[in-house]
Amino acid sequence: MTETLTATDPFIVAGVPLGSRLIMGTGGAPSLDGLGAALVASGTELTTVAMRRYAPGSGGSGGTNLFELLVENNIRVLPNTAGCFTAREAVMTAELAREALETDWVKLEVIADEHTLLPDAVELVEATEQLVNRGFKVFAYTNDDPVVALRLEQLGAAAVMPLGAPIGTGLGILNPHNIELIVSRASVPVVLDAGIGTASDAALAMELGCDAVLLATAVTRAQDPVRMAEAFKHAVIGGRLASRAGRIPKRAHALASSAMEGRPDL
Amino acid sequence: MSTIQLNGAARPLAQGTTVAHLVTAVTGRAILASGQPADGGRLGVAVARNQDIVPRSQWAGTTLEPGDDVEVVTAVQGG
Repeated sequence: MTETLTATDPFIVAGVPLGSRLIMGTGGAPSLDGLGAALVASGTELTTVAMRRYAPGSGGSGGTNLFELLVENNIRVLPNTAGCFTAREAVMTAELAREALETDWVKLEVIADEHTLLPDAVELVEATEQLVNRGFKVFAYTNDDPVVALRLEQLGAAAVMPLGAPIGTGLGILNPHNIELIVSRASVPVVLDAGIGTASDAALAMELGCDAVLLATAVTRAQDPVRMAEAFKHAVIGGRLASRAGRIPKRAHALASSAMEGRPDL
Repeated sequence: MSTIQLNGAARPLAQGTTVAHLVTAVTGRAILASGQPADGGRLGVAVARNQDIVPRSQWAGTTLEPGDDVEVVTAVQGG
């Protein structure tokens, strides 16, 4: 079924076609096994990871590590620069990730403070320019400001990823008008990233015209992550189909769906 | 006793230790001269020495010096 859908409506980012418009994150999952099951249930083909010091248990002689888990499940890895506050840190982290994971794709995340976790637009714009110049395919995580989103695209970002709400809040899409505006002016894929809480949020993001959705907490911290991952898989597909099906307009007054002619005289 | 800093902690350094030796000690996996793991899997590890990345092709040929500040990083859950 997925093959039929993607044949007529392909999702292409950084020149690569992906069969799923649901990008997953890996933060917050209590165990690697549970995470693996949720990723498979989601149908994702692209998943983000963070870069941190190697610690025993990160992976090793005993069991599978996170990177190998993704490779085994044919999921493309998207390293992120989570934990970086400056452009300099983000560029160095991206270079380490490129070396470690052998990909030049990077989710660029430069946050202003640990409390709000909101993107620092000034450092983000600087880092995007530097990373694009170094040959990276930059997936830029940003706020829902349409001006910043367009600037990131103009600097060469491969995808623009506006937040629906702050990371981990599950508040959904706080400013759908801005998301719609970003979509209408973008020539690169727009990925709604952060703040998703449940399936309907993801469907709404797709109905607003987003090309994909990125989420982690909504699945990893749900009571039943595997079931929620499956819910999101369907929500993203459903929302995308609806966005392409030409919805009915909202009307001020009723419009009968059943004809009045031909009623029997009762 | 010579030491280096590894991931923020002091560690004894034996003379002649290369980056490849260090990666093997940290990950438990043998590393070929090319920098690839001998077991044929994916290592997923990068090394920075004094804030400069050491490409895996240079791990076997890079000998650590006393006082070196080394970071060994990998992919972990996040994002």
